[in-house]
Amino acid sequence: MNPESAGLRVDDVNGITRVGFVEQNILDEANIQEIGDALGALIDSMEAPKVLISFAGVAHLSSAALGALITVNNRVGSKNGELRLADIDPKILEIFKITRLDRLFEIHGTSAEATATFS
Amino acid sequence: MSQSGINPSNGESGSDGSGEIVLRHGDAETLKGFEATVFERLKNAGFDEGEIFSIRLAMEEAIANGFRHGNEGDPAKSVTVAYDITGSGMSLSIEDQGTGFDPAAVPDPTEDANLEIPSGRGLMLMRAYMTEVVVVPPGNRIEMRFDRQA
Repeated sequence: MNPESAGLRVDDVNGITRVGFVEQNILDEANIQEIGDALGALIDSMEAPKVLISFAGVAHLSSAALGALITVNNRVGSKNGELRLADIDPKILEIFKITRLDRLFEIHGTSAEATATFS
Repeated sequence: MSQSGINPSNGESGSDGSGEIVLRHGDAETLKGFEATVFERLKNAGFDEGEIFSIRLAMEEAIANGFRHGNEGDPAKSVTVAYDITGSGMSLSIEDQGTGFDPAAVPDPTEDANLEIPSGRGLMLMRAYMTEVVVVPPGNRIEMRFDRQA
């Protein structure tokens, strides 16, 4: 599963892998599985990955999507990498707060702010 | 779905829309069409974007749980959704064909020790976004209510 066919936009700028979503809604279980697999393969291909996931344009996501992000976070951590999340709509951010996942993830207001925090 | 306790009123008795659908595993298109109808009816009944966001989130979580945990991914099993919209709120019933579960046995996903576990957040999100969530014993049916702020 490559990132594009999973509905992801991926590029690399100065060693930071930036990931964005094509779709407005991250709800479909099969698609979330594809996204998780694609990100997993991407992380596995890197040494000490630096990954920035932007939620710009994302209007809805499910707990299954949160689960996929947690798996990504664990995978990045196991490779001594760094993961940042950014550009999260206030309503989506509320989901992270309710589930207390704002404590697990390093979340920044904008991609530019998040980019500046990588070591 | 007379046993659901929701009794869709077919537009009578002050209802702004009600209905029921049987969803098959993996049939994303039918689900999408059903949801589009529900959200349009909510909008027409005066629900705002935030309220529809809440209902959508809870409904998606309940349906996903029904297929994944209730029906254990069995493609032969379905999930039935019934709803009733009024000016003051909405009631929803989501029933799977599984054996049910005990909500008290679901670990609290917000505890530090559970934060890195990728699953188990659906029920708490339903409870956070809806006014009332009842897991009807033996646990294969969830009844939810969303009351609009007066």
